[in-house]
Amino acid sequence: MRRTRKFPIRVLLAKPGLDGHDRGIKVIVRALRDAGMEVIYMGLRVSPDSIAKAALEEDADAVGVSNLSGAHTTLFPEVVKQLEASGVDLRRVVLFGGGTIPPDDQQELRTFGYRAIFGPGTTTDEIIDFLEKEVPSE
Amino acid sequence: MKTPREDPPGRGRASTPSGLPLKPFYPTARPPDAPGEFPFTRGIHSDMYRNRLWTFRQYAGFGSVRSTNERFRYLLSQGQSGLSVAFDLPTQIGYDSDDPIALGEVGKVGVPISSTQDVTDLFEGIPLDLVSVSMTINSTAAMLIAFLVTAMKRGGGIPAKLRGTVQNDMLKEFISRRTHRFPVKHSMRLVMDIFEYCQTELPHWNPISVSGYHMREAGSTAVDEVAFTIANAIEYVEAARSRGLSVQEVTRSISFFWNAHNHLFEEVAKFRAARRIWARVVRDRFKVQDPECSKMRFHAQTGGSTLTYDEPENNAVRVTVQALAAVLGGVQSLHTNGIDEAIGLPSETAARVALRTQQILAHESGIADVADPLGGSALVESLTDELEQRALEVMGRIEAMGGALAAVLEGYQESAIEEEAYRHQRAVETRERVVVGVNYFRAETGARLVAQKVPPELERERIETVRKRKRARSSAQVAALRSDLRADVTAGKNAVECLVRSAGGDLTIGEMASTLAEVFGEHVE
Repeated sequence: MRRTRKFPIRVLLAKPGLDGHDRGIKVIVRALRDAGMEVIYMGLRVSPDSIAKAALEEDADAVGVSNLSGAHTTLFPEVVKQLEASGVDLRRVVLFGGGTIPPDDQQELRTFGYRAIFGPGTTTDEIIDFLEKEVPSE
Repeated sequence: MKTPREDPPGRGRASTPSGLPLKPFYPTARPPDAPGEFPFTRGIHSDMYRNRLWTFRQYAGFGSVRSTNERFRYLLSQGQSGLSVAFDLPTQIGYDSDDPIALGEVGKVGVPISSTQDVTDLFEGIPLDLVSVSMTINSTAAMLIAFLVTAMKRGGGIPAKLRGTVQNDMLKEFISRRTHRFPVKHSMRLVMDIFEYCQTELPHWNPISVSGYHMREAGSTAVDEVAFTIANAIEYVEAARSRGLSVQEVTRSISFFWNAHNHLFEEVAKFRAARRIWARVVRDRFKVQDPECSKMRFHAQTGGSTLTYDEPENNAVRVTVQALAAVLGGVQSLHTNGIDEAIGLPSETAARVALRTQQILAHESGIADVADPLGGSALVESLTDELEQRALEVMGRIEAMGGALAAVLEGYQESAIEEEAYRHQRAVETRERVVVGVNYFRAETGARLVAQKVPPELERERIETVRKRKRARSSAQVAALRSDLRADVTAGKNAVECLVRSAGGDLTIGEMASTLAEVFGEHVE
């Protein structure tokens, strides 16, 4: 059951690094919008620093990053570092990621502050349910 | 996803994945033309693979220059007949390995190449006048050609003997593949500079591989894959004509790159229809009478996005069916994917099985014995006609928009692909489209593969090497070379020629690209 909310969930999505595989993230942009969320998609080659600034400016409830080039072990922790440096509270803002990310790396990224890492084969419903559950409704 | 017990849909399915209608059965049909005869529906050679098999060309490159050289030698020792170089993203976009923007990406999706010395090391022990080399490189194709020509000269070889291909298809980068760096207009200029350089300096080199592969991977239908790609090819030939290049020579040297996807018959029909459309474009639109110029030669790769993370062994079967489609469709060179594609780079075992798949098809299955064995199948002939008609309609729409370049600037192809990708995802999630082992017939405890990882110390070592080599040069000379490059490119000289001079003075790819960016600017999404 999805909770009724006063305001729609605001999600910031971006691809850090040089990877251009954007089929997945664009499908997610659309699925989240169809589910009634407000989505800001920053596009490709966005620096972790710009992601952090935008998260703050847009007052995002959730921040999602995607990488399919194997650079996630470098880029995803850097995103955490920049978010924290900008004063984003990761207990309040839900950070998540996705891509071709092996299970052991998924584990490791969770220790950095990622609430979830979604691998190949994830359905859009799983991501919608995750956000509905993790983002506080108040 | 759930583990359902009920039967999947599909019995009595009345259309292909791209929406072509399917009858329950077909009466007999006559094939339209003979293999080796215009418009080459049935293939570009009358004897097809009897005389010469297609080239087994596995796309490879990862980690370091040395590890990639080793993989190349391994593949050649195992019977591979041509090389295909995968470059890492910094190389593809024009950054040196030691650039901060490259951190984390060095050696990940391919080999890092920053200079002529890297190219020399990459092909050490490989005779470049005998083994053809395909390079998947676009924004920085001119630089890679410059490194290769310079490496060949330094090794005492003759650059004119080089045989191979650069992808050099920038339009599809803006549509789907996305390793663009320079603005669209300047990207087109570089494509044309490469055409011009190859016509005069590299007679055995294909200056472009017009690619539908990545658009299909991004989600397009088979129809749009053909239509968008051939529309792009038309744009390149028109640009070459405006540039004053020989249209005959350009059409002779163009090659194509297609996806080999799941639906066997639709895919075979796609290759046949594409060949027919292109042959008529060359003869009727560009007025080139020589049939050698209207033969559509193509490379194919099996569809990476069709492969699943769950139950990865099943992927070997998918790859086999897809490779079968490519061969039955008359392919000239082929890459077969590894079963671990959905999680990362192929392990050595996965890479071997992928190559062996081609060898089994070539030497055991009998499909290579006769040209176009499906020719005259009423189903295949009908799908070929239908796909051709639909692709021509889409090409007509692009033409009405002012051609492929104008359509790219409007985002037409990109939004069509996006639409289809979303439709596909919905169809998989609502279980209208079957993915065995994922949304139907899913094992509770499916086997998973261990991902191949590039050791992180390789990146650190690589950065050190690049820095050391850069420091060993005279900074005054580097500045002079950059200033010459800037002036010559601004003056409109052929960029490849200018870059060959830069490569001879050991400018790096990052220095070359940032110098060009000073002249051209950078593409903004």
